[in-house]
Amino acid sequence: MSRNHGSSTRRLLEAARYHGFGIAAALLFLAPLVWSVLVSFKPSIEARQPPLPPWPVGGFSVQSYENLAQYGSGIWTYAGNSLAVSAATVAASVLVSLLAGYGFSRFQFPLKNVLFVLIISTVMIPFQSILTPLFLILTKLGLQNTLTGIVLVYVTLQLPFSTFMMRNAFDAVPREIEDAARVDGASVFAVLYRIMLPLVLPGVATVAIFAFLASWNEFLAALILLTDQKKYTLPVLMAAVRSGQFGTIDWGAVQSGVTLMMAPCLALFLLLQRYYIRGLTAGAVK
Amino acid sequence: MTDQQQLPDGTSRPRRTARQRRKQLVGLLFVAPALALVLLFFIVPLGMAFWMSLHNWPLLGKPRFIGFDNYSRLLDDARFWASMRFTITYTLVVTVAIFSLAFPLALFVEKTRPLTKFYRTAFFLPVVVGFGSASLLWAWLLDVDSGLFSPAAYSLGLTDKRINLLADFDTTFWSIIIMVVWKTAGFNMIILLTGLQGISTEVQEAARMDGASPWQRFRRVTLPLMRRTIALALILSVAGSMLAFDQFYIIADGGPQNSTVTAVYWIFSQSFGSFHLGYGSALSMVLLAILVCISVVQLRLLRNPEGM
Repeated sequence: MSRNHGSSTRRLLEAARYHGFGIAAALLFLAPLVWSVLVSFKPSIEARQPPLPPWPVGGFSVQSYENLAQYGSGIWTYAGNSLAVSAATVAASVLVSLLAGYGFSRFQFPLKNVLFVLIISTVMIPFQSILTPLFLILTKLGLQNTLTGIVLVYVTLQLPFSTFMMRNAFDAVPREIEDAARVDGASVFAVLYRIMLPLVLPGVATVAIFAFLASWNEFLAALILLTDQKKYTLPVLMAAVRSGQFGTIDWGAVQSGVTLMMAPCLALFLLLQRYYIRGLTAGAVK
Repeated sequence: MTDQQQLPDGTSRPRRTARQRRKQLVGLLFVAPALALVLLFFIVPLGMAFWMSLHNWPLLGKPRFIGFDNYSRLLDDARFWASMRFTITYTLVVTVAIFSLAFPLALFVEKTRPLTKFYRTAFFLPVVVGFGSASLLWAWLLDVDSGLFSPAAYSLGLTDKRINLLADFDTTFWSIIIMVVWKTAGFNMIILLTGLQGISTEVQEAARMDGASPWQRFRRVTLPLMRRTIALALILSVAGSMLAFDQFYIIADGGPQNSTVTAVYWIFSQSFGSFHLGYGSALSMVLLAILVCISVVQLRLLRNPEGM
């Protein structure tokens, strides 16, 4: 009896230590995010003071968001730019890698392996080192300072990951499924669209999430390639606000911008966690 | 393949080859868009970057070929080497800091217990927030007037006045280290976790039966079996840190007194601040060479796990 009692006390103590550490660490990781969201809902004057306590004392207010909306051509221009760039990057990444993944998985052609390695190995080259030529090439194509130009760059930067991901997704589908459809006389595209696409949707989800997060959050290339203030994406605009290009720094407005930028990333991750983690571990296992 | 089969009917063989050739062409067409993008926006710029590095290349006006002058100039560029030294210091410090937090966290969340899922998610959330957003968030937390740390330390009586954390190199440097650890520990935790979960429980059980202590099991069983995973996480962390830019640009603006200018930051200011495009390209090539070396080491480590 007493020994039983002792071991259950020990187990309880162990659990308390485990969760004590867990909760404390979780709070430390979440605190900055929560703090930023809370200050964004303080009235302007209060947001200028140190955030102690973190929650709005004088009642919730959307003043910081109203101030944020005033910057430059209006926040919706920039949010719209960011959204357009991300949506186009997601769509184009999915399309291009779907085709490439299918091609590399199911067809034989000369130099197939060389071309695959060529695409994958660009991941080793830091894109930071080719930004100047990219700037000149986009200028030549008339795409410098356009959202289309930056989308093309983002899609290219995603290609090693997305092509790799989609090739693996197609490799995992048994060939018999396709062969049966081909015998029935379906065309290559019909097979890809009707039969294969539903089977590789998890891979598509992974490619889409990574493309969204990368393009929504990317800063350096956008800073260099978008020179006209009207074309700025959210990170570039907010960095300009922080550096004081729009006058005295309104920290409440900056944090409302941060909240606006964080919200879709957090929501997407929490909803589609499984597909995100799958993409992360694909590299670690392979 | 099919065309190597001996076919009794002589006429079907050429037709088969023709169909095969068409199939090859279809395959090429499928991968063509991806290839075109990589060619136009990666391979060509890469070649151009090298070509430009051999020129005096102003933004406007004619580029002038100067051979390897840019490279001999960068050897004497004290500020480039200062930025390189700073980048390497930062990389070493931040990588050690990330791992000394990520490893315990991975061990902590390895076994599924009640709430473990919540802990994993909580530790991971900062990863999905962009570096830009995270930097803007921390720029505020670090602000002397409206931020959190300095006023909080003052009101708790830890300091006798509000200290501007961004006015001094050490406090700036360590603040950014803490911010990056907060932002990336969860990422490394997940990578290490996949490695931990890849170790079969039988191996651990056998070690336990042989009377190995928890520390011995970690040191002699877990660590060696995770070599590949650790190498991968290490290289990703090192490569990412060597290219650091956002946090130093947004939080510190390279200051105080340009002491936190990283290599990418210096290339950025040479290319797009002073518009020395040729010189900036030469700097880029040096950085690229260093990064490719790191990647090659990575590939070798991953290919033969014993090589570490």
